[in-house]
Amino acid sequence: MRRPSGRAFGAGLAAAAVAAALLGIGLGAAHLGPRALLLALLRRGDPTAAGIVWSLRLPRVALGFVVGGVLAVAGAALQALVRNPLADPYLLGLSGGAGLGAVLALAAGVASAWALPAAAFGGALLAVVVVYRLALVAGGVLDSRILLLAGVVVSAFAGALVAGVLAVSEASQVKSATLWLMGGLGGVGWTGVLALALYSLPALAVVAAESRALDLLSLGEETAQHLGADVPRTKRRVYVAASLLAAASVAAAGMIGFVGLVVPHAVRLVRGHDHRTLLPAAFVLGGTFLVLADALARTLFAPLELPVGVVTAVIGVPIFALLLRRWTGRSSS
Amino acid sequence: MDGPVLELRGATVRYARASGGEGSAALAGVSLAVRAGECVAVVGPNGAGKTTLLRALLGHVPCAAGEALVLGRDARAWPRAALARVVGVVAQREEPAFPLTVREAVEMGRYPHVGAWRGFGAADHAAVAAAMRRADVADLGGRWADTLSGGEWQRVRIARALAQEPRALVLDEPTASLDVRHEMELFELVAGLAAHDGLAALVISHHINVAARFAGRLALLAGGRLVADDVPERVLEPARLEAVFGWPVAVQRLPDGAVQIYPERRPAPAAAGRGKP
Repeated sequence: MRRPSGRAFGAGLAAAAVAAALLGIGLGAAHLGPRALLLALLRRGDPTAAGIVWSLRLPRVALGFVVGGVLAVAGAALQALVRNPLADPYLLGLSGGAGLGAVLALAAGVASAWALPAAAFGGALLAVVVVYRLALVAGGVLDSRILLLAGVVVSAFAGALVAGVLAVSEASQVKSATLWLMGGLGGVGWTGVLALALYSLPALAVVAAESRALDLLSLGEETAQHLGADVPRTKRRVYVAASLLAAASVAAAGMIGFVGLVVPHAVRLVRGHDHRTLLPAAFVLGGTFLVLADALARTLFAPLELPVGVVTAVIGVPIFALLLRRWTGRSSS
Repeated sequence: MDGPVLELRGATVRYARASGGEGSAALAGVSLAVRAGECVAVVGPNGAGKTTLLRALLGHVPCAAGEALVLGRDARAWPRAALARVVGVVAQREEPAFPLTVREAVEMGRYPHVGAWRGFGAADHAAVAAAMRRADVADLGGRWADTLSGGEWQRVRIARALAQEPRALVLDEPTASLDVRHEMELFELVAGLAAHDGLAALVISHHINVAARFAGRLALLAGGRLVADDVPERVLEPARLEAVFGWPVAVQRLPDGAVQIYPERRPAPAAAGRGKP
């Protein structure tokens, strides 16, 4: 397959992101046409529309964009790290651990947009350590398939603990926690967007600095070392950064699956595996994808709203199947 | 003359036992030097310590005694990227997790030079192009690596090592699964890189005969010790080989002067089913 030039690819991504954002702002219980949308964005015309756009729709779109981007970057980095195209924050148990940490914090009465990610980060880090230990014990050496299996086990365990905590918590906390765990971008506001951005930025910077080391790691640890990568340091940094990314996104928007799995693959197929392109492109495409999914979640059964995680799964699974077929067919073409 | 590029001085390596405590020496007092322009092949039976020698030389395992030096400096004191600018390694196994093109694979040889952030400059592109020409893979640039034959893929990996612009090239069993033609081509390339391009080349190989035809020196390892280190015709002596490999071996000189070995058949037992006296 011919790869598009960097410039065409970048322009296409940017156009898609802007289109998704406009759709995300315009669609909803109150539909805004192009003209009304423009007026509201400029704070002219109907003040109700401007209020909806500025205090509800825009923060929601911004949150969706950053959560989607962060999940896609975490997925891309983890895939290279464990050398398995099926890795993602959910399958490796990071999100499950983050969810448990956040639910424990909620049960303890902590609900601030700033404290919740920290608790989720603790849970995610703990999950990474347990998954890693489990995989080492099972195989002696690290096998990425066993690592994924350990991730699934830890996810299930964290899920059981979450259910247990919710069962013995007070009713009001249970209701909010349950809604939030299903994954959704509503009701967060600008504070949540800011908290997510501030928690994610250092982690994104760390992953970006390891771009070339991740390129090398996908050749195998031994070869990566021969080509100058400090493999243990890279692994440490990327695991911690990916945990922080998963934690920040889970704390802000709950459990949303398939973004970290599907989006990096789409970029890999079109633009290859150079992480200096892959990571930023995955961020933009992940953000675009989640904003569109959220717009669908709000409008498909309006006025009822689907959890956005349902939409990402329904869109993501068939796309993933398609990508997998093309991928396996590539060598023979 | 310059000092050796790669050198072991009385290097001893012990691996920790699983039960705790130190095991017997995997490498015992080995001294070996590879200078620029030399092609040295390390041969010996399974478990002789060939891979340990390589790991010690690259600083992946510490020496319990003696030292491993790269350009005169302790191999373990080199920062990883700096070492990768001096020594190119083609390891035994490598399976890319994601499909990549030949050019992308070779370009990764420049990573120790460009660091984490700098983009590729003219010098980097020139080094990649020169490496691909030298290893005869210039025509394969756009091919997917997983569509290559075994021999082509090995040449691509050598091209990647050359793109590192190293002073030394280390290859671990580079022809393990290649047919005759690709094996000969590969050794020809490596020997030429030493003779014409001035690299210090170290090849670990099970294939003593091919090594004997292309390497300037053979280093024969057995039980972690260096049994011989000399030109092939002086290393390949029947009595020594029989002692090392535990099998009778004959040696023959080919018309072109190369020394080759062949294992002998042991005499068949006189009668089946007869017990020992």
